[in-house]
Amino acid sequence: MIMSKKHSIKKGTVKKIFKYIKGYRLLLLSSLLMGSICVALSLYIPMLIGDTIDCIVAPKNVDFERIATLLVTAGISVGIAAFAQWVMNIVNNKITYNVIRDIRKDAFNKIEKLPLSYIDTHPTGETVSRIISDADQFAEGLLMGFSQFFTGILTILGTLVFMLSISPGITVLVVILTPISLFVAAFIAKNTHDMFKQRAETNAEQTSFIDESITGQTVIAAFGNQDEKQAKFDEINERLRKCSVRAIFFSALTNPCTRFVNSLVYAAVALVGALSVIGIDGNIGILFSGITVGNLSTLLSYANQYTKPFNEISGVITELQNSLTCAERIFYLIDQEPEVPDASDADVIAEPDGRVLLSDVSFSYTPERPLIKNLDLDVSSGKKIAIVGPTGCGKTTLINLIMRFYDVCGGSVSVGFKNENGEEKLSDIRNVTRHSLRSCYGMVLQETWLKRGTIRENLLIGKPDATDEELITAAKAAHAHSFIKRLPKGYDTVIGEDGGNLSQGQKQLLCITRVMLCLSPMLILDEATSSIDTRTEQKIQSAFASLMEGRTSFIVAHRLSTIREADTILVMKDGNVIEMGDHASLMELGGFYSKLYATGSASLTE
Amino acid sequence: MKRILKYLGNYKKESFLAPLFKLLEASFELIVPLIIASIIDNGIKGGDKALIFRCFAYLAALAVIGIICAVVAQYYAAKAAVGFSTELKSSLFGKIQSLSFSDFDTLGNSTMITRMTSDVGLIQNAINLVLRLFLRAPVIVFGAMIMAFTVDASAAITFVVVIPLLSVVVFGIMFLTVPLYKKVQERLDKLLGITRENLNGARVIRAFCQEEREVDRFNTSNNELSVMQRVVGRFSALTNPVTFLLINSAIIALIYIGALRVESEYLTQGQVIALYNYMSQILVELIKLANLIVTVTKGIASAKRIDAVMTLVPSMSFPTKSASADENTSLPAVIFDNVSLTYKNAGDASISNISFTARQGETIGIIGGTGSGKSSVVNLIPRFYDATEGKVTVFGNDVKDYTAEDLRSKIGVVPQHAKLFKGTIRDNLKMGNSQASDDEITEALRNAQALDFVMSKPGGLDFMIEPGGRNLSGGQRQRLTVARALVREPKILILDDSSSALDYSTDAELRKAIASLDYNPTTFIVSQRASSVLHADRIIVLEDGECVGYGTPAELLKTCEIYREIYFCQFPDAKV
Repeated sequence: MIMSKKHSIKKGTVKKIFKYIKGYRLLLLSSLLMGSICVALSLYIPMLIGDTIDCIVAPKNVDFERIATLLVTAGISVGIAAFAQWVMNIVNNKITYNVIRDIRKDAFNKIEKLPLSYIDTHPTGETVSRIISDADQFAEGLLMGFSQFFTGILTILGTLVFMLSISPGITVLVVILTPISLFVAAFIAKNTHDMFKQRAETNAEQTSFIDESITGQTVIAAFGNQDEKQAKFDEINERLRKCSVRAIFFSALTNPCTRFVNSLVYAAVALVGALSVIGIDGNIGILFSGITVGNLSTLLSYANQYTKPFNEISGVITELQNSLTCAERIFYLIDQEPEVPDASDADVIAEPDGRVLLSDVSFSYTPERPLIKNLDLDVSSGKKIAIVGPTGCGKTTLINLIMRFYDVCGGSVSVGFKNENGEEKLSDIRNVTRHSLRSCYGMVLQETWLKRGTIRENLLIGKPDATDEELITAAKAAHAHSFIKRLPKGYDTVIGEDGGNLSQGQKQLLCITRVMLCLSPMLILDEATSSIDTRTEQKIQSAFASLMEGRTSFIVAHRLSTIREADTILVMKDGNVIEMGDHASLMELGGFYSKLYATGSASLTE
Repeated sequence: MKRILKYLGNYKKESFLAPLFKLLEASFELIVPLIIASIIDNGIKGGDKALIFRCFAYLAALAVIGIICAVVAQYYAAKAAVGFSTELKSSLFGKIQSLSFSDFDTLGNSTMITRMTSDVGLIQNAINLVLRLFLRAPVIVFGAMIMAFTVDASAAITFVVVIPLLSVVVFGIMFLTVPLYKKVQERLDKLLGITRENLNGARVIRAFCQEEREVDRFNTSNNELSVMQRVVGRFSALTNPVTFLLINSAIIALIYIGALRVESEYLTQGQVIALYNYMSQILVELIKLANLIVTVTKGIASAKRIDAVMTLVPSMSFPTKSASADENTSLPAVIFDNVSLTYKNAGDASISNISFTARQGETIGIIGGTGSGKSSVVNLIPRFYDATEGKVTVFGNDVKDYTAEDLRSKIGVVPQHAKLFKGTIRDNLKMGNSQASDDEITEALRNAQALDFVMSKPGGLDFMIEPGGRNLSGGQRQRLTVARALVREPKILILDDSSSALDYSTDAELRKAIASLDYNPTTFIVSQRASSVLHADRIIVLEDGECVGYGTPAELLKTCEIYREIYFCQFPDAKV
């Protein structure tokens, strides 16, 4: 049962691989054609040489005229075979690298479409390892498969045909003996699949650990934890070593084993061939009659070359095992269920009117731990909504739902808008396209994200066609202009991965500039200024204030000064809204908010 | 190359035995053509069936010896290659850990990750194959030539001509492709970088509807990689056909010379066949070698990339012994004497001419605008970076006179970015102090205001944190990083804006708890909130990397304009 299931997974993987190859049918065909030419000619050459040897019997018994003709024919064959092989190699390269490019492309495409819950729950290093190293190993296997598998099989078949034309008896002998070699190869391949899988998994674990240790190196150094990390690394490394040695050794047994079988075949051909030349008595002798010394030489040469494709095919089989395992891991990613696609009749928001309605919303990341329960909230156009509460109370989750990074588990989130036809609507956000929904919001998160590239590229993300003038105006409003200006190349300074040398605060200023630049109709500021100093923040606040003018805004903040001005303050605790109202009414209420506010400025009164 | 290969050192026996057994296997194979020649010249021509059977027995025996040698060789090769890569990786990991912060800033993370994973893997493959095949090829090639000479010297001349030609082809192609494989690997790095960015920035990318642009960016890099791979492939595609061409031409020449030699009675037919077989053996071997070369060239390119990391001299070195181990309790904890810092590759100084003294047990606030150099100041205390000018003294000694261990064990740092590691909460806290008992951990969590939420997690201290702390909120992560620093009961505690994700009440509680710690650490609080530093003994006010105010909060409120601005921003009501 388990076996059959595993088998079907592999079969599915092979099918998927073929789907990618399908686009290169013509190339594949020409590769096969070139392969056949090459194989046929390289098998024909030993025949010619064998015939030549028959012309060299003994002194005064050498037919030079015939030798010349035969050798010239052989020369021409060699030239054509070499050329065909060269073309085939190039074509195979092209197919392999293109297929791998296509697969990587699809895998990456999938990343952009995965539900965020996948990304939030899978380590980055692991997914990276699927796209980078698994794809790489898969490519290796695929290339080997192309360049050696088909020609190998052709060589075997071709050899049999040529042999048959020389001596049916010896051919039968060979046909009976060789399957042993295939059987051995298949046996080994079957038993190493699990070892390779275990190796790939341990490898992924190690990659993930490396990823974490390298990104967290500053912390490790600060706490002098290098030795502990090294020990942990060595522990994983040792496990990887053990399963690698096993996988590599057992898969490498294929080669000697098949070679052994083939050496025996070679010896048998020599024996039977030599006896045939002398002549075998009895009925069976007919099968082995009419062989010359030259024929024997050709047969031995075949038997020798014949070992090669078997070795190769079995080598390829182990390599393919390995690459199939890698392919499975890439396809695991490619086959992930993407986000529910936008409905075909989904509305496109042409212009949001600013109303956001949450009715009876429930949500949890894991079913065991309900987070938001029965939340109702009606935000009318242009209002400022502040969300406050202790850390972990569900503030950010609310943003996840409004932006539709996650879908609600119960109830609905709706937005009011005009669609392309100018109809005014209030629809569930699941009935509008994600892009048009998300374009309505300008978002600044506490966790800044910048990509490798120039400052300008990073800022233009939301509005690629902005002019320099607009860009600088936005940067000035976000108070980022002065520090950008001081960077070595100003707006064209290249920043490294994750912002490189910039401080958290500077990164946040850049993220704010992005939003200032695109002037989205609605705003989400999730701890947008947490890393920015109060003085700069105050200055940005005035810019934010004018930005928020007339725009529906959701503000998550811990600074109560930022929150005071909001139209509605939602006080959240444990996933529930426990108080709602403006600053004055909440203070009057004397509840949780007023307590928060008191501690917030406690230091002042002491 | 040598530096990389030394990791085979512990596998000397294996790296010796693997090729040795391959050599044995190959030498036995070289006997085969002689046996065949004997079958033809003596067995067939003399009609001696007994001899033919004897020869068959020899051949079968050689096959048995062959497989035994091969299996032994494979085992040692796998053991050596994997063992090698295990040690290389371990040492590379150690090396990367030893690099300074400034080295990390310049190198970038993704390139180090590919080097540790994909590059090491490629070298391992190469070594495994080299041990198994690379030495076998020369033995067969030269062995076959020597055997040919024993058969007939003048016919063997063909071997002398063709072998150098083959070497030129094989090594020429190798020479051409090594630098190209390096380029392939660089492009792979870039692809890895983009993939990582997209996973880490998934929210922002989607919020800005950047999916398509990112896909385009990836595709461009992906295509560049693919093109480069094809270019390299074009060179290596030449190896096989050219070898084939050369060897077969040699065979044709050999047969023709053979015919002449038989005619003039120097050779027999069986010997011609033996010579032909030797040449064929070379062909078979070289085709294997050619396939191997691709792997080896890739391995060499990777080895160079790893070597580049291995030979990197960390831009900071620590003495092996601290100048003075005992601390004088009367000396100030930290002294900055006219300190400036310019980061590598940066145009301007990030901080300049900073001087102050922090006595033991004092609390020093550092306040200033974004990018004013606050973090740079505190980063100099645990010597994450070296001051470009001036001197930083900790407990009476220059920080440069301490070992990394001695210096940093005195200091608890809570970094700006709350970085946690995969593992239990206990594991993460034990990073701060591996000896800490559960009671001490609980105490640290309580002081960091983290005890409540930790206890509410399933498993409490055994709650598994996912990589990067993804299953915790920003505030929770931040409090755990505070606890991590507290659990080592540091003499100097550095809080680098480490309450930014906390709400006011939690922040206030945290400060209160820290102020009442019984071991009374010298505390540096970096913040943008005036409220966070209000109780500090002294405050350093920074603006554009310069100290514009230094004194008690009360003094600064009178004298320092920038401090006043910051203060009244937060407490507008106090203005009156």
